[in-house]
Amino acid sequence: MIPLITSIIAITLSAGTSLVYATIGEIYTERSGILNLGIEGMMLMSAVTAFATAFHTGSLLLAVLLAMLVGMLLALIHAFLSITMRANQVVSGLSITLFGTGLASFLGQRLGPESNGFNLSGMSAVKFNRLQIEGLGDIPLLGAVFNQDPLTYLVYLLIPVAWYFMYKTKFGLNLRSVGENPQTSDAMGLNVTKIRYLYTIFGGMLVGIGGAHLSLAYTPGWTENITGGRGWIVIALVIFSMWNPSRAILGAILFGGINAVQFRLQASGTDIPSAYLNMAPYVATILVLVLVTVWESHNRKVGPPAALGTSYMREDK
Amino acid sequence: METEKKPILEMRGITKRFPGVVANDHVDLELFPGEVLALLGENGAGKSSLMNVLAGLYRPDEGAIFIRGEKVQIDSPRDARNLGIGMVHQNFMVVDTMTVAENIILGLTEVSMIPDMGKISDRIREISSHYNLKVDPSAYIWQLGVGEQQRVEILKQIYRGAEILILDEPTAVLTPQESEELNNILRQMTSEGKAAIFITHKMEEVIAFSDWVRVLQHGKLVTVKRTSETNPQELARLMVGREVLFRIDKAPAEPKDVILEVENVDANDEKGMPALKGFSLQVRQGEIVGIAGVAGNGQRELTEVITGLHPVLNGSIKINGKDMTNRSPLAIIRSGVSHIPSDRIAMGVVGDMSVANNLVMKGYRRKPITHGGLLDPRRILDFARRMIDSFKIATPTPDTHVKFLSGGNIQKTILAREIDSCGGVLVAAYPSRGLDVGATEAVRNEMVRQRDKGSGVLLVSEDLDELLSVADRIVVMFEGQSMGELSSADAEVEMLGLMMSGVSKKKAEKEYYGSDHATGV
Ligand SMILES: Nc1ncnc2c1ncn2[C@@H]1O[C@H](COP(=O)(O)OP(=O)(O)O)[C@@H](O)[C@H]1O
Ligand SMILES: [Mg+2]
Repeated sequence: MIPLITSIIAITLSAGTSLVYATIGEIYTERSGILNLGIEGMMLMSAVTAFATAFHTGSLLLAVLLAMLVGMLLALIHAFLSITMRANQVVSGLSITLFGTGLASFLGQRLGPESNGFNLSGMSAVKFNRLQIEGLGDIPLLGAVFNQDPLTYLVYLLIPVAWYFMYKTKFGLNLRSVGENPQTSDAMGLNVTKIRYLYTIFGGMLVGIGGAHLSLAYTPGWTENITGGRGWIVIALVIFSMWNPSRAILGAILFGGINAVQFRLQASGTDIPSAYLNMAPYVATILVLVLVTVWESHNRKVGPPAALGTSYMREDK
Repeated sequence: METEKKPILEMRGITKRFPGVVANDHVDLELFPGEVLALLGENGAGKSSLMNVLAGLYRPDEGAIFIRGEKVQIDSPRDARNLGIGMVHQNFMVVDTMTVAENIILGLTEVSMIPDMGKISDRIREISSHYNLKVDPSAYIWQLGVGEQQRVEILKQIYRGAEILILDEPTAVLTPQESEELNNILRQMTSEGKAAIFITHKMEEVIAFSDWVRVLQHGKLVTVKRTSETNPQELARLMVGREVLFRIDKAPAEPKDVILEVENVDANDEKGMPALKGFSLQVRQGEIVGIAGVAGNGQRELTEVITGLHPVLNGSIKINGKDMTNRSPLAIIRSGVSHIPSDRIAMGVVGDMSVANNLVMKGYRRKPITHGGLLDPRRILDFARRMIDSFKIATPTPDTHVKFLSGGNIQKTILAREIDSCGGVLVAAYPSRGLDVGATEAVRNEMVRQRDKGSGVLLVSEDLDELLSVADRIVVMFEGQSMGELSSADAEVEMLGLMMSGVSKKKAEKEYYGSDHATGV
């Protein structure tokens, strides 16, 4: 039993890693007042970029860096459309997802080796391996925490840092106020446009790492739709976290855990039809959203950043 | 000029244009250290625009600004702050979800990467006690009332080193005590060599607070005067361009049948705390009943239970003899109740819809406007033109979005709609709040006209002069209960003040007239 639970914990954390990166990224973006629904497309694009780079250069570092860059570029497009052009943020985000999904699938069929008909799927490349931490990795149950890949270890660090930055530093204060009340922020001397660009792009960068983790660590390789809708689950997780980076871990554990249990059950050949198991994370998403919304309606002061999804321009009435 | 002071601030030929309006047309302004300048003008005259130019939020199309004789360029609020300019905006610039201290340091470059909130709070308390501005640095803005938020705004500007303090209609939402307190703070600041520009519609405050007066009309500067050399009548005439009567002409009321009856009503506020405790009230046809009280004593809940926007826990509300307790707002509208809400922007209009559409927002179900379930745009326009004409709503066209109108004209739009659809009961909450003298006069006269046409009017106001001149009877509210009723013909402001602080009518009479006064009013 203990080895089984240990392995479920291990898979949970691994499955949750990409979710945490993308959720924290989107939390930062939304805290600045920009809603980015392009995550699904951005994750797919960074996943294909990361894998293609790893396949051709053999460098994991370069692969992650390029995935981050791709996430940032797509976020930049969204920032330009929604901040400078003041386009509808929902439409802009959905376009990024449609664009990213299509382009990632196209690139997946073009960036592979000639021997495989230029197709990337089915290929293997360097990947992030689990590194067991001396002494800690052997502890029963808890050992799973210390038997992970480097990107997961990095996430252990990212969560407290992201929380501290947002709630304890003045930059975090500026970020939160811009998303809450851009008029006031402007009048107080903050550069609303600059801050929104900055955190939209920063969010894109974290989403990029999340995408890279999928194709380099969690399920190494490239398959079409490798994200399995994670980009959408992230949107729900942001709400579940109440826009607080430290809570991103809860959502990730919940959804990573459902993934892991489903994974184990399927592997052990249960009677439950696989369709139901596959549905589980999405059904859970809906349930969580309902619960969170009910809870929110009783706690008026927690909720989305007040200016989320709106554009701001000085001198506008 | 008798003093040899040099102006701390000069604005020369400031012009600011918006699509279709010239908000400021070559306006000049001078401000001297140690003095308070009152800036007057009707709603939409361009006062806020001119001040926003100073605050770095609006970029002027023409003109120059000098600080202590030196020409300066103000491109952003940060520039303004570096020049010692601090503005308390008409709509407070605070972040609700943050604490007072966090709001005060927001955007300050000199604050360290990890702010030492303890030290900052100490500094806030220091200023707070120096100016006698009571503020709790760790309170959240959403927990504060408007008066407290106002204090936070002033304290914030002092903390940020403002030498020139701009106050844009600060007293529109303050109680008389709070406005007195503000006057003291201004006095203390100017005694330290700071200067202030003060925008208000209340003439008594102009006289009490300021050293100089400048009047804007349609974006142009029309008058500069020393406060000591003018009077309220003259200032009102200069603002509006015509004589303004400060008294409302009205005949004695001739009350008929009871049309609105509130009986022993209990209701909770949004936080679930009791807001109305067994409150009763009757309004008859042909009378105006005023509700006096410090804001937050259940007035809002009272107007909202009557209009069906807020649930009644116990008791009943009858309109025209029919029980309408907890019925839907639509049913209550149909029974003849009109409502001028206290928050006119949030509850009175849809800012992004045209004036015409806002005007038919209640009448659109009726026959001429709707034909076979479809709106008739020509009729809507006809109707709107008639309303705009008869209520003198200043709007470029009937298709202009309401949010582009001035506060006074937004209120006239609501008034036009509510009065047109009024079937006997008019519930008006703070109808003249923030309006200029001309618009205020129009709104008050309209209420008297409704009364004379036989409607029952319930007027909630924090302006005692308004209650005394418009209402026929005044009911004082305190903590959700009635403290008693006075006839406005012989009510005294001091009596009202006592009752507003929770003293029952009997006790107040004793205190006011002495114990041997037996009869009362
Ligand atoms: N940001 C803006 N965009 C468009 N029009 C504006 C804006 N600000 C003010 N105006 C217009 O400029 C005129 C002056 O407005 P304002 O300065 O707010 O007047 P006041 O403060 O004297 O009531 C009004 O007609 C108003 O509609
Ligand atoms: Mg104004």
